[in-house]
Amino acid sequence: MEMEAAKYIGAGLAIGLGAIGPALGEGIVASKALEAIGRNPEASGKITPLMFVGMAITESTGIYALVVALIILFA
Amino acid sequence: MGLNISLSPEVLFTLGSWPITNTFFWSFFVFLFLIIGAIIWGRNLKMKPGKFQNIIELLVDAAYDFVLTTVGNEKKAKRVFPLILTMFFFVFFCNLLTFIPGQAAVTIQTATGVVPLFRAIIADYGLVFMMTIVAVLIMQIVAIAVSGPLAYLGKFFNFTSPLNFFLGLMDLIGEIAKVISLSFRLFGNIFAGEVLAAVMLFLAPFFIPLPFLFLSILTAVVQPFVFSVLTLVFISMASEAAVVEEKTETIEAIA
Repeated sequence: MEMEAAKYIGAGLAIGLGAIGPALGEGIVASKALEAIGRNPEASGKITPLMFVGMAITESTGIYALVVALIILFA
Repeated sequence: MGLNISLSPEVLFTLGSWPITNTFFWSFFVFLFLIIGAIIWGRNLKMKPGKFQNIIELLVDAAYDFVLTTVGNEKKAKRVFPLILTMFFFVFFCNLLTFIPGQAAVTIQTATGVVPLFRAIIADYGLVFMMTIVAVLIMQIVAIAVSGPLAYLGKFFNFTSPLNFFLGLMDLIGEIAKVISLSFRLFGNIFAGEVLAAVMLFLAPFFIPLPFLFLSILTAVVQPFVFSVLTLVFISMASEAAVVEEKTETIEAIA
């Protein structure tokens, strides 16, 4: 296989497979946060920033995959 | 015309043998802005606040309350609060600088070719890495100061049993991994936003990139928050380690 083609396939696989986990995780975080807000609407001010922090941490593995993909493509 | 994306920042000019990159150049302005702003601001504080001071006091107060609830101790919160808020403001203003309209179009002729004058400051891994190193070093210093150097080393090199030895090594790897995970999270988010905006502008120049820019505004606010909150949580964990051990010891003594 050509080196260039292998690079593109590798980058695509890296980000494609790497995005599955964080996507599921972020869905769970959002659904649980909304559930909690639905049960106790007064607490939404406290829950929302924590939800964003949790999402950003969940997202980090996806970001690692993205960084790896970008390094494969551009470095 | 092709997409032009590079992982490393571009060198604008060299001072002697010291290359000045565009991110370094602009981060200097952010430093100057924050330092001069803080000095002027600190001199003009009034007991009876005006409108602007009121707003700032509200925000800083809310941030302080957040730190206080996370750390749970007035004395510790007062020590750690300036560092956390400075980190937040630095990253936040670096990100805001990215949204000045038209800056991406400005290029400059250098010795190595035409390079863009501007680049998102946080999209330079060197700067983010050094900032994370500072944060992780502070965590270690706090841990040493709280539990003492011997207890600190004993956490990583525990010879009481093979399992404890293995877990101690795992802790050591965990501390090193903190550097990578913290820095990659911040760098990756901002750099990904930049690449996404570039790709969208390349594919469809009008209107289509707008929602992606809104998304990167959200990232520009949330990521500095996450970075400083994680630093805060790690520091408060490091400062609590000894207390927990003392508690378990007293529980064992009672039992």
